[in-house]
Amino acid sequence: MLQAIVDAFALLFSLDSEVLKLIGTSFSVSVRSAAIAALIGFPCGIWFGLSEFRGRAAVDVILNTLLFLPTVVVGHIVYMMLTRDAPLGDYRLLFTRTAIVIGQVILATPIVLTMVSNSVRLADPRIVSTALSLGAGRLRAYLALLGEIRGLVLLSVLAAFGRVISEVGVSMMVGGNIYGKTRTITTGIALLTSQGEFARATALGMVLLILVFAINLAVYFATHRARS
Amino acid sequence: MKTNPILTGLLALLTALYGAACAAPHPQRTESTETGQSQRAETVTIRLATTTSVDNSGLLGHLLPRFTEETGIGVDVIAVGTGRALELARAGNVDIILVHDPEAEEKFVSEGYGAERRYVARNEFVIVGPESDPAEVHAMNSAQEAFSNIMGAQARFISRGDNSGTHMRELSIWNSMGVTPQGEWYVEAGQGMGAVLTMADEMRAYTLTDTGTFYAMADNLDLVVLFSSDPILDNIYSIILLNPVIRPNLKHAEAMKLADWITGPEAIEMINGFEVNGHRLFRVE
Repeated sequence: MLQAIVDAFALLFSLDSEVLKLIGTSFSVSVRSAAIAALIGFPCGIWFGLSEFRGRAAVDVILNTLLFLPTVVVGHIVYMMLTRDAPLGDYRLLFTRTAIVIGQVILATPIVLTMVSNSVRLADPRIVSTALSLGAGRLRAYLALLGEIRGLVLLSVLAAFGRVISEVGVSMMVGGNIYGKTRTITTGIALLTSQGEFARATALGMVLLILVFAINLAVYFATHRARS
Repeated sequence: MKTNPILTGLLALLTALYGAACAAPHPQRTESTETGQSQRAETVTIRLATTTSVDNSGLLGHLLPRFTEETGIGVDVIAVGTGRALELARAGNVDIILVHDPEAEEKFVSEGYGAERRYVARNEFVIVGPESDPAEVHAMNSAQEAFSNIMGAQARFISRGDNSGTHMRELSIWNSMGVTPQGEWYVEAGQGMGAVLTMADEMRAYTLTDTGTFYAMADNLDLVVLFSSDPILDNIYSIILLNPVIRPNLKHAEAMKLADWITGPEAIEMINGFEVNGHRLFRVE
């Protein structure tokens, strides 16, 4: 186990070009997916959190169910959407990073949406009205609301990112595990494991863990320094 | 309004990460021209669907860079089972395929999806298993006898179970004996050759494998070759050009270049000379 961690650091710092390609692909895809999920999830989450309508509970249940989407199912659905004969087939998006992003956005957005909307409902309802009465525009008022629940908002983005950086189902099905283009850290691990290369697979897995740990550490310092 | 330091920090972090990620190679943006990741001037990229056995052997990694160097055509390799490769080709999602199931290939061509089939190389299937060989496979005179023994002894056997070329060959042997393997001993894995070999290794089981994948992985395995050299175990790899009438939007010209190159003298020499762990994995005959 310790050897695996040592191997992982060695792998990370050796700047092995194959490993760098995997890291680059994973991050290039997952950061985009989390960012788009946030872009969709923030406004929709705020709107949904503030809204009151008859079918709201039903929508809640549906959204929560989307949190449980198996990645291979999403991968299959996106494959069906992007295959040649499908309406979107002409864009030749299958087996590209964009295809993976599409699938990952489907996985990530419900996470941001549900967390933001739930946080909004728990937040002080007077924030928006207070901001408006102080002369802020609607956008500023909602940003103030986001700011108030910022801890949970940040967490929702991290959770969404975590969900997509670690998934294999979508990446494999619509990405095709193409070396240098759509092979991510996780699909790379799957391939290495299938080839019996357990040591390298473990090292690669550790690399991913080290990277996400570093990200979370950075986020911690970014958020906590602001307070003091 | 005061800028919120946390949101700013987060935005900065995300931007930095994304910036770093952008330093990684960016593939296709436009539909027609796609630039690859290598230093060579790649003007076009085609998609080749092939089998996990070819991919696992390392042959394509050996051959394709040379092809790209000479022609400027990049090749994206999507390694799946033969069944899925044929499905991808029918659906028009790849430009060319390299597979090893002659019966399915002939059907593919006669159905009109395949325009032309060309022989690329061969190796053979072998039966591998634990050294202890509880079913006495090594002493058998034919593949059928070996399979029959395994079934009789109810010795654990891992099947690909995925409609791959290897799987189809395995099934044809059972069929030729008029039996259907089932029971605890018969494990249908539903995975690629490498994964199945790993499983057979772990479970000390028998399996049918191509020599390419097996020797490429031999270092990581305790399995040994127990039976070979039966004509029924010949393994032929062919490259199939797709029908431009049915799928006019594929990169047929570039695919043709690959088919020409891979059956040409330089590739033949490279294939014959391709060795892993001292074993020649493919022959062109």
